[in-house]
Amino acid sequence: MAEQITELSETKRAESLRVRLIPYIDRYGVLLLVLVMGITSYILEPEVFLTWRNVSNIFRQIAFNAVLALGEFVVIVTAGIDLSVGSTLALAMMATAVLSKAGYSVPILLIVPFIVGATVGIINGLGLTKLRLPHPFIMTLGMLNIARGATNLISGGVPISGLPDPVRWMGASDIKLGEGIEIPASLLVVAISYIIVGLFLHYARTGRHIYAIGGNPQAARVSGINVDRTLILVYGLCGTLAGLSGLLLAGRTNSGFPNAGLGQELDAISAVIIGGASFFGGRGSVLGVFAGALVIGLLRNILNLQNVPVFWQQVLIGVVIISVVYLDVLRRRAGSSNS
Amino acid sequence: MNTTTPLIEARGINKHFGAVTALEDVNLSLMPGEVLGVVGDNGAGKSTLMKILAGLYPPSRGQLIVQGQPVHFSSPKDARDRGIEMVYQDLALAGNLRIDENIFLGREHTRRLLGVVPIVHHQANMKQAQEHLERLRIQVKSVGQRVEELSGGQRQAVAIARATAFDAKVIIMDEPTAALAIKEVRKVLDLIKDLRTHGIGVILISHRLDDIFYVCDRVMALFHGRNFAEAPLGRTDRNEVIGWIMGNRSQTASAQELDLN
Repeated sequence: MAEQITELSETKRAESLRVRLIPYIDRYGVLLLVLVMGITSYILEPEVFLTWRNVSNIFRQIAFNAVLALGEFVVIVTAGIDLSVGSTLALAMMATAVLSKAGYSVPILLIVPFIVGATVGIINGLGLTKLRLPHPFIMTLGMLNIARGATNLISGGVPISGLPDPVRWMGASDIKLGEGIEIPASLLVVAISYIIVGLFLHYARTGRHIYAIGGNPQAARVSGINVDRTLILVYGLCGTLAGLSGLLLAGRTNSGFPNAGLGQELDAISAVIIGGASFFGGRGSVLGVFAGALVIGLLRNILNLQNVPVFWQQVLIGVVIISVVYLDVLRRRAGSSNS
Repeated sequence: MNTTTPLIEARGINKHFGAVTALEDVNLSLMPGEVLGVVGDNGAGKSTLMKILAGLYPPSRGQLIVQGQPVHFSSPKDARDRGIEMVYQDLALAGNLRIDENIFLGREHTRRLLGVVPIVHHQANMKQAQEHLERLRIQVKSVGQRVEELSGGQRQAVAIARATAFDAKVIIMDEPTAALAIKEVRKVLDLIKDLRTHGIGVILISHRLDDIFYVCDRVMALFHGRNFAEAPLGRTDRNEVIGWIMGNRSQTASAQELDLN
């Protein structure tokens, strides 16, 4: 009898340890995934993977998706979705290239992608709040087509290459930190935007209201929060970041091309979900989203180094998305059965 | 405060949803320190009337008067600014946020970073939430807990704490005990009695006549969206109130009503 009791209390202790671990896995699980992938990559390619060149290459490649995912994350926190970010990116990029070709000055070229992105985002927000469309999916699916069509309209459907150096700076240049140590400027842009958005979400009243809307929109409404205005701001912010992303990609490719960012919204959403945000809103952190973008980048990098065909990369990213979310489901089930 | 002026008064309230009439010519008034029980069958219009008082719905016709002044609420914020708070039946809490964040949602304390940028003062919110919960004698492990981690009774307590955190004059509670264990019910009702001693007016909607008879000073019944009957608690009994809910008015009750008018 006495033995039985000890046994019981021991299983209980083990369970409570598991329960106590859950918040940490919740917070750091995706960072663990990044670490595992880094170590695996290093073992597979010890010569190349950890070279400064390869690492900065990874960051250069993920920068525009990381910025796109950041905007998508803020939308997903409100339990929304923005399918138009890939097209918004293209429109912002193309508008810059077209105006550059027309001879506009550098300051204008640097502002244009933000204005284009913000405008598209605000229209999304107005559409879904004022027209009362049943789900953001509808409004932004429409916008996906509208912005892509507009991109082709303003460019005649052909790429434009050659941009002034200052416009390319953020997307293409490196910042020299020391002898042989350079970091891509785009990484700095990513870091600054993540820090600003992260602080905004945590410390601004509007930032907290964004989480509240995702947790329970009715609670937000009866607490006197202007839900519609907050949502318009959120979609505007998402569009603005898509514009920034377009500027980064324009810089990196030294061009504007009409098919830029085609399907990129799905990579952005993937990064957000892998990063631990909930599709039902109210959950997730910017650090997780960055890790999510990094997971996709690392996966692509190691598969490239291993000469795995690009089609297989796509298959594997799909597998990662499903696995990560499944692990999350398991974790929640373990959490709820013990509470 | 004048004790003969009602805290809140609704006169001739009508509410239509499309072709459906939810309320027709409904009157209600609440004095300081009074607990008014509102009863009625499902669909009698209780919740609709409360949502009008709380600023969530505008009335189709009729007037709201707060402490003698006619008011027009275009959102719950307007009502809250006038000291009218509501505890919703579904509690309207954000489960993903901390207790203090729920209590101060929409009214967060801020401080200025570098004297310019307003940022949420998380420490101040947590400290004041803690103090407020202690005042109400509500126990939680920590105000830093997320609301989704709490029991039903604790959630109810948080919703009430939110309603009382800012000098409320009128607190409307829609079925606050429906989802609670018996032990927790008594706590909530005692809390209501406590509020009354502070001169706060409480409107309590409940299906449980035990609640009504334990805590209320007066009870009014709605039937098919109209005022049906009302009486001070001492001048009615359970059977009569049950009759009102079903739409039966006894001879004595109508006499009392005439008496009141």
